[in-house]
Amino acid sequence: MSRTRPEAGKTPSVPSLTALSKSPTGIQGFDAVTQGGLPAGRPTLVCGGPGCGKTLFALEFLVRGALQHGEPGVFVSFEERARELAQNVASLGFDLEDLQSRRLLVVDHVRIERSEIEETGEYDLEGLFIRLGHAIDQIGAKRVALDTIESLFAALSDTVLLRAELRRLFWWLKDRGVTAVITGEKGTGALTRQGLEEYVSDCVVLLDHRVTGQVSTRRLRVVKYRGSSHGSNEYPFLIDDQGITVMPLTSAGLAHEASSERVATGVAGLDAMLGGKGFFRGSSVLLSGTAGTGKSSLAASFAASLCAKGETCLYFAFEESPGQMIRDMRSIGLDLESPAREGRLVIDSARPTLRGLEMHLAGMHKRVEDLRPSAVVVDPLSSLESAGDRDAVESMVLRLVDHLKSRGITSLFTALTHGGDALEATQLAVSSLMDTWLLLRDVEAGGERNRVLYVLKSRGMAHSHQVREFLITGEGLRLVPAYLGTEGVLTGSARAAQELREHRDEEAHRIEHGRRVSEAQRRRLALEARLAELRAEMASQDEELRRLEREEEDRGKASETAKAVMAGRRGANGKEESVAGATARRGGRVQKGAMS
Amino acid sequence: MTLERGTAAAGKDLWELRLYVAGQTPKSLAAMSNLQKLCEAHLAGRYTLEVVDLFREPERARGDEIVAIPTLVRKLPAPIRRIIGTLADTERVLVGMDLRMIR
Repeated sequence: MSRTRPEAGKTPSVPSLTALSKSPTGIQGFDAVTQGGLPAGRPTLVCGGPGCGKTLFALEFLVRGALQHGEPGVFVSFEERARELAQNVASLGFDLEDLQSRRLLVVDHVRIERSEIEETGEYDLEGLFIRLGHAIDQIGAKRVALDTIESLFAALSDTVLLRAELRRLFWWLKDRGVTAVITGEKGTGALTRQGLEEYVSDCVVLLDHRVTGQVSTRRLRVVKYRGSSHGSNEYPFLIDDQGITVMPLTSAGLAHEASSERVATGVAGLDAMLGGKGFFRGSSVLLSGTAGTGKSSLAASFAASLCAKGETCLYFAFEESPGQMIRDMRSIGLDLESPAREGRLVIDSARPTLRGLEMHLAGMHKRVEDLRPSAVVVDPLSSLESAGDRDAVESMVLRLVDHLKSRGITSLFTALTHGGDALEATQLAVSSLMDTWLLLRDVEAGGERNRVLYVLKSRGMAHSHQVREFLITGEGLRLVPAYLGTEGVLTGSARAAQELREHRDEEAHRIEHGRRVSEAQRRRLALEARLAELRAEMASQDEELRRLEREEEDRGKASETAKAVMAGRRGANGKEESVAGATARRGGRVQKGAMS
Repeated sequence: MTLERGTAAAGKDLWELRLYVAGQTPKSLAAMSNLQKLCEAHLAGRYTLEVVDLFREPERARGDEIVAIPTLVRKLPAPIRRIIGTLADTERVLVGMDLRMIR
């Protein structure tokens, strides 16, 4: 910074010593990485290999500056002609001709052919300076892009002079107070071929286009930035129909808010297992299982149920096309077509090998930012491994989960476990990042495979620890309690057979019970009958007893009467004697009856 | 070929030359005097020379694709040729302009 300028005398246009002012590029994400943009009024070198997006970066810087920040720009092209350039960026929606007619842009193609030029004696590049200065003055440009300045080295032979002139150009640009982007071809072992520009620039941005495992990934790195802190990581960037998008992907930290709102899973039985309500909004869910266990079906169910509530879901399908998914899910009674048509379900299908991992991540971020869905499904996560190594996938998932959480977006990832591995060992060690982990597995028994599901973990809720059988029916997904007994977990027809057996046993038991009840009742009735008989007998005995007592009374009375009669007839002793004899006989009989 | 062409050109054509300079710098002055000597020696009566000072007419730099200063442009006869520098080496200027004379 304390360099002495070669041309003393002109006053520098450094506005203030306190703060470095920045010029926002308008390139998505880049201003976040550089905390505000490029250094205002200073030259920035953008370097990289062929096809890395240097020209586009420079041009987008000017176009966005003109359209978004009201700063006209001059584009000096040493390689492409103005017309070619305009054609090349027309697909990005940049209308260079319109900008030029509105005096927001000047495109100057500097054409120097070595074959047409003869050098004799000393010269300098004042012509270029004048030309550039004139273009700047024409429209009052605040921004300048030079693409690619070192083409001069190919056309002119005096490299010593060119190096000096290049250095002068950087200082000249500073003196003019324009924010400049100079592109440079990457040299071997150095940032540029001449090894010069990076030292005289105040900011150096390195663009990279790497191919690993036949998959290309674009990356951007701010190598230096005088007087400002900046993100020093490599940031993946995308070039699509909206130009360059840089993904500021520093891990968002763990400061996100946790919502206690719940989101239904789309399967009633699963909601029940998760404390009766489903996932937490904004939580991350991992759904792992072997092939064909119904991961996608469950994920689609979740998506469909969200859409049915009027929410938006973004579904990244790495193995199926949207059409195929819609067709397949129709067979299990899920209608994905109407939410897809209404734009509430967005199915984004791409082969994992289509782009590099970082590019996938960058693309996913962009889609999420554009759509702002309430949930994101990634199906399956494991297939991304083919686009990068395991560490890379892990860090990517971490960043994706962080990003989604920070935006309160529920995320559901499916992961394929391979047959030989332990079921809990997901290919990716991402499970610890997940708030909820559902495990789907096959149970093979009795000549058939059946699916079971259980909740391995679910942070922050009381969840079921039971294994449930997971049924995929024509009317959707259903969970039924699996049979757990001495023979282990029974599912499918084994479970059905067991249930039937139990049902039969129950029936037999019921019949037996009925039989015993009626037997007991019968016996009781018999006893009752006997009881009634005895009662009747007792009643008749009572009756007899009363009759005897009456008789005895009657006899007593008769005897009294007879005595009275006898007393009246005293004197006829014989008669009295015979009555007494009869009474004694009857009294013996009474005594005997009382004793029995 | 060069020889024949040069001869033919030297014999009939009208030469239109333009010298671009930026102010009265030593390099500009050197180029001007070198050029004048050369033209008088080889193209007397068959040339027009225009000196363009880009400090005064910066807009003209673009038209003739001027990057370096000084630049001599041979507009006619076609094709356009450019020679940059102070034009110190007469031999090379002549080669550059297709103007080798038979000695």
